[in-house]
Amino acid sequence: MTIGIIQQVADPSAVLARRNPVAKLGAALIFTVPLVSTLDPLTPAIALAVELAVLPLFGLRYPVLARRALPLVIASLGVLVTIVLFAADRSGRLLLELGPFDVTTGVLMSALALILRIFAVAVPGVIVFATTDPTDLADALVQNAKAPARFAIGALAAFRLLPLLGEEWQMITLARRARGVDAGRNPIAQVRLFVSTAFALLVGALRRGGRLAVAMDARGFDSGNARTFARKQVFTVADAVLISGAGVLAAATLTITVVAGAFRPIIG
Amino acid sequence: MSEVVLRGFGWRHAGRRAWAVRDVDLRIEHGERVLLLGPSGAGKSTLLAALAGLLPTDSGESAGTIEIDGLDPRKARERTGIVFQDPQTQLVMARSGDDVAFGLENRGVAAAQIWPRVSDALDRVGFPYPITRPTAALSGGEAQRLALAGVLALRPGLLLLDEPTANLDPAGADLVRDAITRSRDDSSLIIVEHRVAEALPLVDRVVVLEPGGGIRADGAPEVVFAAYGDQLAAEGVWVPGFSIPPLKSALPASEALVVADEVAVAKRLAPVSMSVGGGEVLAVTGPNGAGKSTLALTLGGLLPPTNGHISAFDEAKPPHKWRATTLTQRIGSVFQNPEHQFVTHRVADELALGPRRVGRPVDEVRETVDRLLDRLRLTRLAAANPYTLSGGEARRLSVATALATAPRVLVLDEPTFGQDRRTWIELVTLLATLRDEGHAVVAVTHDDAFVQALADRTFALGSSRLHDPLPQRGGRRHS
Repeated sequence: MTIGIIQQVADPSAVLARRNPVAKLGAALIFTVPLVSTLDPLTPAIALAVELAVLPLFGLRYPVLARRALPLVIASLGVLVTIVLFAADRSGRLLLELGPFDVTTGVLMSALALILRIFAVAVPGVIVFATTDPTDLADALVQNAKAPARFAIGALAAFRLLPLLGEEWQMITLARRARGVDAGRNPIAQVRLFVSTAFALLVGALRRGGRLAVAMDARGFDSGNARTFARKQVFTVADAVLISGAGVLAAATLTITVVAGAFRPIIG
Repeated sequence: MSEVVLRGFGWRHAGRRAWAVRDVDLRIEHGERVLLLGPSGAGKSTLLAALAGLLPTDSGESAGTIEIDGLDPRKARERTGIVFQDPQTQLVMARSGDDVAFGLENRGVAAAQIWPRVSDALDRVGFPYPITRPTAALSGGEAQRLALAGVLALRPGLLLLDEPTANLDPAGADLVRDAITRSRDDSSLIIVEHRVAEALPLVDRVVVLEPGGGIRADGAPEVVFAAYGDQLAAEGVWVPGFSIPPLKSALPASEALVVADEVAVAKRLAPVSMSVGGGEVLAVTGPNGAGKSTLALTLGGLLPPTNGHISAFDEAKPPHKWRATTLTQRIGSVFQNPEHQFVTHRVADELALGPRRVGRPVDEVRETVDRLLDRLRLTRLAAANPYTLSGGEARRLSVATALATAPRVLVLDEPTFGQDRRTWIELVTLLATLRDEGHAVVAVTHDDAFVQALADRTFALGSSRLHDPLPQRGGRRHS
């Protein structure tokens, strides 16, 4: 149903789920810094292990995470195929010959490193958004991170209209069939129909967005007054501890990688 | 409580040749309640937008003056509040209470005062749920009540309502009118509403705009309607007391063209069995959530049923498995929102699309297009972009596109929804003619007048909701 996107799937009383949304987002960003600074497989492996270990503190259950991370599995398969086909580095022991493609330990290590990185970078994001109400996030961005309200609240309002797009897409598709427009099995006709349906969807979305913007301004959104906050978001010591903790863990991860001699910087 | 003064006011949208509204001289005293009328295109909504201060100076050209309590409306925004037609595009927040608080936050109301004012506004409109109720789980009428509460919380001296019930079914419209009545205070009110009879209890004065400019009539409702009732009715305004003669079929229905046998759609439609024959108008009625639109899509061969079977035109294959070109020559569907069905960029192309796709020769296509343009009063608009049409024009075009491939069965979803009296009469007359020519017409409708005027048979869908919209969520911390 339309409400699906904003439904929380985590226990909101868990010790870290209760933290300020900005703190959670900041911690997630800091924790992923090592992952975008090195190419080795060890760093993402450690990071992923840490992420899975702290999951219960966010009130998230593992099956829920698995369901949310399903698209990543599909992305990983894509990575595996791409690397097996196109990897330049074919060093290491030959494991398998797939026609012209040599699958070596080196190839598999590259693929593994990349797949681990995809998961390690994405999982913190999954955790943050599964444990954070979008309204709370927008409030905290404005109140604690001093983000412009026009941006944060505007994005929140647009976000509320997103689920409508799914229903809209179905209606437009059915309406086109009613007009005698279908693509049958012709792939070119299918692409053209897709593009024209998407265009109709876009036109409708723009009009709705415009009407919403006018209605928001009519209630003083563009008044330029200093806004007050109906819902107070507080940034506490515990929130600062969460961010520092993420920094410490990130540093520890990098240290282990360097000491183990696996560090392969992206730059240089 | 605000006072409104217009002197020779006019507004022309940038890039348009004609003035949307002009030469308006009008004075509305503190606490007056005014119904603003006029045929479609007379500039009622533009006038409300101007009063709400929502016409930026660079978006058009103005003439004369417009003042609220002596101020330019753009500077008097804190004194006005406006509610629009569409509830979906007025709600900002995910939870009901937060949405009412949104305007108060924008105005910089102290945090300690916000929640008491939210509860007060929700009480005034009779909002029945806790403040944590997700806005996505509200019906149209409930959402519009919430939108009204969001405006009332700001305590405007002038309340502007731009067809607040036009997008709602009768039950939802009642909810909103009831809320307007309940919340009545000493603020001034201007309401645009084409269902005049329902709006009259809310007002004490009627102002009629003249389409070419100026004001045609102004005064107490009885006086205005006694003098101008005929003219307004002819122009499409729903003036109370002007009834429409019924157009029932003289002959019994012919053989069944579409038969539904225990047809159901998971989560949307409980099993139904029914049929429709040539030469009859079947009205499908029932409350919101009963699955009327789903039934229309299924009968129209657009949505496959998850259970049961539909047979049509003595063919073994059910309609949803037919090619689209076969379907359009047998069953035509007209959607509630006409814009969903527009595919091209010109009205004439829109009409030619169907006949072209089914392979009709060029001169036959041209002949069909010309005939339909004429029949539905669209000739003047042949080169216009369908997305720029008014509500009534878009509706006529969507019906015409369905007729272009000459289907024997026509399925329409809320064909008269939001239409002015003139378009309404045209549609009813057209559908009656089609029926008398032997077509089968199925119309999903909430419109009692439509059923009484035209329906030969009524099929009422059950009231049992198939799914509750949403379980209540537990209380959250802010209250």
